[in-house]
Amino acid sequence: MHPEHTGSRTTRVLGALTLAGFAAVLLLALVVSPPDQVQGDAARLIYVHVPVAIVMNLAFAVTAAGSVMWLWKKSRWWDTAAAAAAEVGVVFTGLTLLTGMIWGRPTWGVYWTWDARLTSSLLLFLMYVGYLVVRRLPADMEVRNRRAAFVALLAFIDVPIVYFSVEWWRSLHQTATLSLNTTISGTMLFTLCVSIVVFITCFLWLLVHRFRVAWLEDEAELSGLAAAIDERRAEAYA
Amino acid sequence: MLHDAAIMAGKDLRLEWRSRVTTNQVAPFALLVLVLFAFALDPDRGILTRATSGLFWVAVLFSGLLALQRTFSVEAADGNRDGLRLSGLDPAGIFLGKAGAVALELLALEVVLGIGVVVMYGTTLRGWLLLVVTCLVATTGVAAAGSLYGVLAAGLRVRETLLPLLLLPILAPVLLGATRSFEAALAGNPSDGWPWVELLVAFAAIYVAFGVFAFGSLLEET
Repeated sequence: MHPEHTGSRTTRVLGALTLAGFAAVLLLALVVSPPDQVQGDAARLIYVHVPVAIVMNLAFAVTAAGSVMWLWKKSRWWDTAAAAAAEVGVVFTGLTLLTGMIWGRPTWGVYWTWDARLTSSLLLFLMYVGYLVVRRLPADMEVRNRRAAFVALLAFIDVPIVYFSVEWWRSLHQTATLSLNTTISGTMLFTLCVSIVVFITCFLWLLVHRFRVAWLEDEAELSGLAAAIDERRAEAYA
Repeated sequence: MLHDAAIMAGKDLRLEWRSRVTTNQVAPFALLVLVLFAFALDPDRGILTRATSGLFWVAVLFSGLLALQRTFSVEAADGNRDGLRLSGLDPAGIFLGKAGAVALELLALEVVLGIGVVVMYGTTLRGWLLLVVTCLVATTGVAAAGSLYGVLAAGLRVRETLLPLLLLPILAPVLLGATRSFEAALAGNPSDGWPWVELLVAFAAIYVAFGVFAFGSLLEET
């Protein structure tokens, strides 16, 4: 089994859909939808920021589920799924933070504020960077998988505590937390929904490709070892 | 399980007592951190007094990292890990023992740091009950979560750099909770601090429970 690339009919369709979707989102977000009454054009970032944040949560949920399933079934499939999702999740967490900061600057006047969501997203980002580091440590596959699964779970159970504590910390110190105005017009809501769907297809597309690459990496490692053993055997018999 | 924990904790504490690493290196380091804060901040305008709670807990976390590194590097050498596994001790007991020993070391460090902030930062300690309970609960959480990551990182060449990266984000709620609770106590309104103690209790309970169930499996690898 030596595929030339990680594409397949499904991923090509998914990729094409994603591309077309992004074109539609660009049109809807930049042309069709009106600027916000209060925030003006800066509010358009919501069409990127919110979907990206949703994908981030989805990705980490997949990682947690994959880790639990690996510990339960010990199947390579689940570990690879967890690994692929974590990597995509870290990228999207980075994007969430970045788009949030770009939006924060014109709206709040600062790039960063110790808002509960910002702070907990940053901690989440750092935790899963740690997870990716653990995955890259040289080790037997079984050992690596177990380590990674535990790190993912330990981080995952911390997420609600972190969120709760940070929320509480900020609400004690400032009377009004910064929040978006909750009313949203029809076109804007529609654009946001389309964007969320498109970003989720994008996530699935990335996830499938990343999964296949990770699977092949492990495959190469496993077959590499077998090949080396065969070579030595051949030498011995020769 | 508790008997095994006592054996393990006794062994670790005896080791620390004889090698004097905690007393001669980690405790002075903790005080040094307090001095560094004074250099970094303005010592004259009362900033140190106001920031005592936060600085105290950051110093505890930093020295806690050292104590944790040490308690697990001891087990990494000379195939001690296999020895531990073959010892017939209950893994949950090993976890509780290790975490317990670390917690006791940290509590001792906290006493030293407490004296340090009183002497060097001019802080007046008030709300003793809240202070002591916060120390006990927060330290349990740090030791439990730290022991889980400690054993995970123990056999690795990169453990010195990996442990802080993995552990410190996880401990963020502890730092936050313990600091707010200390602030409430020092400001003379302990009632603001008790909700934070509840958060710390939840954190400690979750990680102690996780450790009791999962430590055996973590000990197996490498």
